[in-house]
Amino acid sequence: MEAIWSWFEWLYEAHGVNLSIFYDSLDRDRFFFGLLTTIRLSLICIVASVVIGVVGAWLQTSRFKWTSRLVQGYIQFFRNTPPLVQLYFFFFAIGGVLPKVPDASGHMVPPIGNFTWAAISLSFFAGAFNVEIFRAGIEAVPKSTSEAAEALGYTRLQSYIYIILPLAFRVCLPSLNNNLVNLVKTTTLAYVIAVPELLYVSSQIWSDQFNVREMMNVLLFTYVGLVAVLVFMMHRWEKTLKIPGYGR
Amino acid sequence: MSGARKHRSVGGTGNLAVLKPFSLHNAAPSAWRLQPGHGYMLFAALVLFVLVGEVQAAPARPSIIATMWKWTPFLLQGFAFNILISFVSIIIGTMAGAALGLGQISVSRPIRAVSWTVTQFFRNAPWLVLLFYCIFLIPFEFELFGVTIPFPAWIKAVIGLSLPVMANFSEIVRGAVQSIPDGQWEAAESLAYTRRQTLWLIVLPQCIKRMLPPWMNLYAVLTMATPLVSIVGVGEGMTTTGEILAAENRSDLLIPFYMYLLCLFFIYCYPIARWTISLERKFAVKI
Amino acid sequence: MAESDWTPDQPMVSAKDVHKSFGALEVLKGISLDVMKGECICIIGPSGSGKSTFIRCINALNPINSGSILVEGQEVNDPQLDKLELRKKVGMVFQQYNLFPHKTALQNIMMAPIKVLKEDRDEVEQRARHLVKKVRLDGKEDSYPGELSGGQQQRVAIARSLAMRPDVMLFDEVTAALDPETVKEVLLTIRELAEEGMTCILVTHEMGFAREVANHVYFTDRGVIVEHGPPKTFFTEAEDPRTREFLSQIL
Repeated sequence: MEAIWSWFEWLYEAHGVNLSIFYDSLDRDRFFFGLLTTIRLSLICIVASVVIGVVGAWLQTSRFKWTSRLVQGYIQFFRNTPPLVQLYFFFFAIGGVLPKVPDASGHMVPPIGNFTWAAISLSFFAGAFNVEIFRAGIEAVPKSTSEAAEALGYTRLQSYIYIILPLAFRVCLPSLNNNLVNLVKTTTLAYVIAVPELLYVSSQIWSDQFNVREMMNVLLFTYVGLVAVLVFMMHRWEKTLKIPGYGR
Repeated sequence: MSGARKHRSVGGTGNLAVLKPFSLHNAAPSAWRLQPGHGYMLFAALVLFVLVGEVQAAPARPSIIATMWKWTPFLLQGFAFNILISFVSIIIGTMAGAALGLGQISVSRPIRAVSWTVTQFFRNAPWLVLLFYCIFLIPFEFELFGVTIPFPAWIKAVIGLSLPVMANFSEIVRGAVQSIPDGQWEAAESLAYTRRQTLWLIVLPQCIKRMLPPWMNLYAVLTMATPLVSIVGVGEGMTTTGEILAAENRSDLLIPFYMYLLCLFFIYCYPIARWTISLERKFAVKI
Repeated sequence: MAESDWTPDQPMVSAKDVHKSFGALEVLKGISLDVMKGECICIIGPSGSGKSTFIRCINALNPINSGSILVEGQEVNDPQLDKLELRKKVGMVFQQYNLFPHKTALQNIMMAPIKVLKEDRDEVEQRARHLVKKVRLDGKEDSYPGELSGGQQQRVAIARSLAMRPDVMLFDEVTAALDPETVKEVLLTIRELAEEGMTCILVTHEMGFAREVANHVYFTDRGVIVEHGPPKTFFTEAEDPRTREFLSQIL
């Protein structure tokens, strides 16, 4: 390990390529922490946005007109406004008017931290897309299939659980993939409210080390790598769910 | 005949043996039940926020509505920059993306491979990172034939936004070309068209229709990404809002002004979304 | 409920003056027919004559506007109808097979008895394997619907319905979507069922099948039964000009 680290140090001294995240233990720790924060934020948002999507799609089929209208309003608002402004709105506008609470040592602090705000804001943003995705999936299941279930005596709930949802989920997966990839890319926005994720820690590193060029390339490849891992896992999952002879 | 045609079977939706086609693309438009009511709801939400703030506001200060009215020209000026940036970026991104997309369906394997890699790379990199990349790594001026051409930050920001637009449009082009049935290529080949003729005279004209809705969607996404340039210090609506809030320094204005900016974007982007869907529906019937 | 009054010498399915409209369009204008236990009847007629609508009314997939349909003495046109009870008695096979694509052939057959009727899994599996043999699909138990031909899928669909041990089977143009070669094997399966004494109601265009297997043939046009009779006389001595025109076109 040490040999690799010192090789990067040599690279800097000999060629001026300053990859301090490899040879400098402080920068290495910072970068690793940023990477972890990005992954943690992504995972939390993925889970929360999928939950929002499923619940929202279910609410949309509700018989109460106002529930589905409210969900529609939520979807359209979050889809048609910039995620960055949404984040500012949550963090500065809503977070700014919330009363402060004392923390363990008695200091007055905001009740919701910046990481949590980023998670809330991004989950709502991605969730708005997920509602549409899940609903489209449910609607893509032909009516005749649920009719066949009905003719076999399935109740509404039974045919939902055993027939419609398993099929709908498979139909949704490609669009869900896309949206989740987008979500991971969008976590960079948390930079603006000083959440120490990849972009934020990198900016700290390059202002200390003056190695913008190197850090930029590292960042790009790290994100493309992260997305590639996500895409790879989702494709694997898609494959295991694939029905033989069904689709192409 | 060509490599591009061989991997056409990867994408697209064909008829399934078991059931009617399960195409999400066809299902999506019906899932969007957009109604004018959403606009009213938004307006109502804005009014509600303002009124709640109004009640809390101390009587000595000017009312929130008066303050918002006072700053409206300034805010709109900032928002106009968002629109301007989106226009320039979509033009650059579309032109570059068309070239890249055609590269992806080229007969030459290296061109195809390079175009594919470039597309995937810029499509999967976060917009904000690409923006930082351009801001920091493009020099602020160019020396060309002894003439110094300045490269201000906003032009670099525009290029930064154009890159992901390019990559996404490249995918749109590839997807559209590959969605044209094999029969079209075969028919053209049997009529002795060259590959180039087939592409330009037969395939691409049919693609325009298919590319329009996703392209408009891309434009809306781009417009909603324009506030990102404020992070790298280029002035636009988000910057303006920050300046207004700093000048007023009143916490009761926070929610109304952020809402105001959100509404501006909504008013601009929502009709585009509706229009996109109506086009999708219209074309879906004919295709 | 009055179902206990029913005895096997009464009609198993008895429709009286059934009316059904979709909005302003009246599709069924008073259909009446009786089917006795063990009978096989065929309903023929031009498309849009309401025959598919009628067959779907029998197991309450479409509610009717007026009239009465009794299945083993149970009124289908009853708001308090126990649909599960009805669907245990009435099996249905569709034109588009409507198999569940995410389940294998055997799972398609086993799922409803296990999940809906809450029957014992091992017992259901034994029955399902027996049914697979019966429809001549040995070895296809673990194939997914997408891996089967149309005719094979349709036979799985028949087995799936039979697994519920129904008293009546409804067949809604089950061969209309099939290749000519595979029509035969499906019809053979249905024929065997009828010969074993299953009560069958078919909507079909297969005149040869109707002539050979059916006990009774009904001809519908524009929402009414124009003419009916045993196949021997029906095909040769049709009286109504509409029937004759239809038969001359199709035969």
